[in-house]
Amino acid sequence: MAHESSYVPGNAVEKWVDERLPIVRFAKEHLVDFPTPKNLNYWWTFGGILAFMLVVQIVTGIILAMHYTPHVAMAFDSVEHIRRDVNGGRIIQAVHAVGASMFFFAVYIHMFRGLYFGSYKAPREILWILGVLLFVLMVTTAFMGYVLPWGQMSFWAATVITNIVAAIPVVGDPILQLLRGGFAVDNATLNRFFSLHYLLPFVIAAVVGLHVWALHIPGNNNPVGVDVKSTRDTVPFHPYYTMKDLFAIVVFCIPFAWFVFFAPDLLGHADNYIMANSQVTPAHIVPEWYFLPFYAILRAIDFNILFIDSKLGGVIFFAGSLLVLFFVPWLDTSKVRSGSFRPVFKWFYWLFIVNFVMLAYLGASAADGNVLGIPVADFSKICTVYYFAYFIVILPLLGRFEVPRPLPPSISESVLKHDAAHAAQATH
Amino acid sequence: MNKIKSILSALCIGLIAAATPVLAAEAGPEIKKEPWSFAGLFGTYDQNQLQRGFQVFREVCSSCHGARLIAFRNLSESGGPEFTEGQVKALAAEYSIADISAEGGTRTAVPADRWPSPFANDLEAAEANGGIAPPDLSVMAKARNTSQPFPWWLLNYVTPYAEGGPDYIHALLTGYEDEVPEGTHNSDGTPFELPEGKYYNHYFPGHAIGMPPPLSDGLVTYAEAENGTAVPMTVDQYSRDFAAFAMWMAEPHLVARKESGLQVMVFLIVLAGIMYVVKRRLWAKVEH
Ligand code: HEC
Ligand code: HEM
Repeated sequence: MAHESSYVPGNAVEKWVDERLPIVRFAKEHLVDFPTPKNLNYWWTFGGILAFMLVVQIVTGIILAMHYTPHVAMAFDSVEHIRRDVNGGRIIQAVHAVGASMFFFAVYIHMFRGLYFGSYKAPREILWILGVLLFVLMVTTAFMGYVLPWGQMSFWAATVITNIVAAIPVVGDPILQLLRGGFAVDNATLNRFFSLHYLLPFVIAAVVGLHVWALHIPGNNNPVGVDVKSTRDTVPFHPYYTMKDLFAIVVFCIPFAWFVFFAPDLLGHADNYIMANSQVTPAHIVPEWYFLPFYAILRAIDFNILFIDSKLGGVIFFAGSLLVLFFVPWLDTSKVRSGSFRPVFKWFYWLFIVNFVMLAYLGASAADGNVLGIPVADFSKICTVYYFAYFIVILPLLGRFEVPRPLPPSISESVLKHDAAHAAQATH
Repeated sequence: MNKIKSILSALCIGLIAAATPVLAAEAGPEIKKEPWSFAGLFGTYDQNQLQRGFQVFREVCSSCHGARLIAFRNLSESGGPEFTEGQVKALAAEYSIADISAEGGTRTAVPADRWPSPFANDLEAAEANGGIAPPDLSVMAKARNTSQPFPWWLLNYVTPYAEGGPDYIHALLTGYEDEVPEGTHNSDGTPFELPEGKYYNHYFPGHAIGMPPPLSDGLVTYAEAENGTAVPMTVDQYSRDFAAFAMWMAEPHLVARKESGLQVMVFLIVLAGIMYVVKRRLWAKVEH
């Protein structure tokens, strides 16, 4: 979105700096003046919420690292030491732990927003791909972070999840040993996970920079999905969206604080308050809630496919469930961005959401149990099929056969119509 | 319509968040939620109860169980049992602590010392207890939980329910049976048989626990309160008091945390209100 910066250096010093490093000009252009569609709804506040959460995690994480000891004999007690003896430690630790959940909650909303409003379509493909990369980085970071308190779930999640790479032919075993730093999950594993858990958030921050850069080339998509046509369609980012985002962040903090202060362990698992013990396997090994849908897909493949055994099949589907997201911009063949104008798409989309929640539920259920009277193993297969079919079959075909509703000519006009509809409702 | 959808989809994702506890379902009757003084937004510990719970721990449980994260001094800190510093000093002096720098390898404990473990190591502990080491009780109240059937566990996020541990401990300590109840079966349908050296407990996963029933009515003598009211000296009361004490051991700053939580919530809600008004004013000039 080409636009002139309105920055005028106020005095000689500012001018001097501006000629050498136009950082103030840059900030003004991107954080203040940036023309933003005026019809963005609250689903568009989650990008800002995510940026806020990243800062929260990094700040609390750095403080935790000052008091944490990455050693198998001391890690568990050092986290307890933070909770008990460090000033404000119980709150800082809870913010970080609950924060991970809130971060994922926000990222799922952010992604589902993109999937509904077609934000991944041209010219925003790279923006979307960077987003998927961010999600993969977040998953990796959170997984490693969960190992650090060295509770039973930490240890067994690390064991089970690293173990899945062993299914890869030829290179599987060497990779497994590299990941663990030995033959079993032990002190070396804990140390490298700590090191990487400290590193990755900064990689995420860098990719967020690229993500926002890629956003600022085409500018935001919007709920009606038609391009910005004139300045009538936009408002400057500041104060309009800074204010709206700030409000959303404060609202987001309410449930966040609810968990931190009143039930900091409610989103976690009691078994992680038992120190890791390689001799005792917990009755149910479950990942954190935000991994459950993908965990269900991993478990769903419990049969051999030709020469591929079930273990490798599980890994392929698990990796595939993430990789397929990279290709969504090309799998969706519809020219219409916003789901609001796609009468058939809507149904499949909401079914996809329900299916995703169902996968999470299945991921949390015992593998030999029943859900709604259907064996978990079978139910997981059905949901896995729909997960992939949505991307690989439904999105490509819908673009061909669906007749979209007429699009408004511009954002401004869609806004006017919307107001008229409201007025009509009010008078009737 | 759109609003409803929006809310529905947010709920959906909330549901994923909530799906986690489904799995804890374990054999045994459902565990009742007890009315704890420290539950809920305004919960605080009952100091007298914590003192009684400590007495139960000290007189009964500590002969087998350790509490390695608890220092004597914690017992006088605010928000806990709040014994006086003099009491804690005297209490510590009754114990001796292994210390290689001291003459003879042991010395008298001081308030800064951690609670001494009854056994030198897990191996010794297991040997003295029929092959299973009694677990450390410092964070026991958070290392166990209860489970509710769908959809009731959804309520836990709203109430919010963080007392699964104490509920389990209370149930466990009151859940012993002298004889295996008539008609008890294993999950595969074969009749249940109690292994040698185990005890039947309704709530312990698998029912066969290695801990003999530690409590009996009248086992611990509670001091009479100043106003003359007597606390019942029953297994149920001991269990309740110990469970509360266990929660304090696991969450020593619970009261302070909840107090600041209330302030933070009020602050956030007021701030959100102000922000909303400002945002509306600002946007009033823009058709959107
Ligand atoms: C005679 C030694 C002994 C005494 C006294 C004793 N315990 Fe135990 N306790 C054990 C042993 C052994 C286990 C391990 C049982 C097993 O896993 O089968 C255990 C386990 C436990 C558990 C964990 C149960 C679980 O879910 O894994 C709790 C809680 C507990 N004891 C509480 C207490 C309390 C409270 C007291 C004092 C009122 C007490 N114990 C007194 C030996 C003892
Ligand atoms: C650390 C994680 C992330 C951060 C901090 C972040 C940040 C942001 C921000 C600030 C915006 C602009 C505001 C908005 O539209 O909400 C944005 C837009 C966007 N993000 Fe992300 N994001 C993250 C992860 C993701 C992921 C995982 C995806 C998808 C897989 C994604 C896809 C997008 C898309 C498509 C847009 C453009 C939306 C539009 O304009 O319609 N992002 N992101």
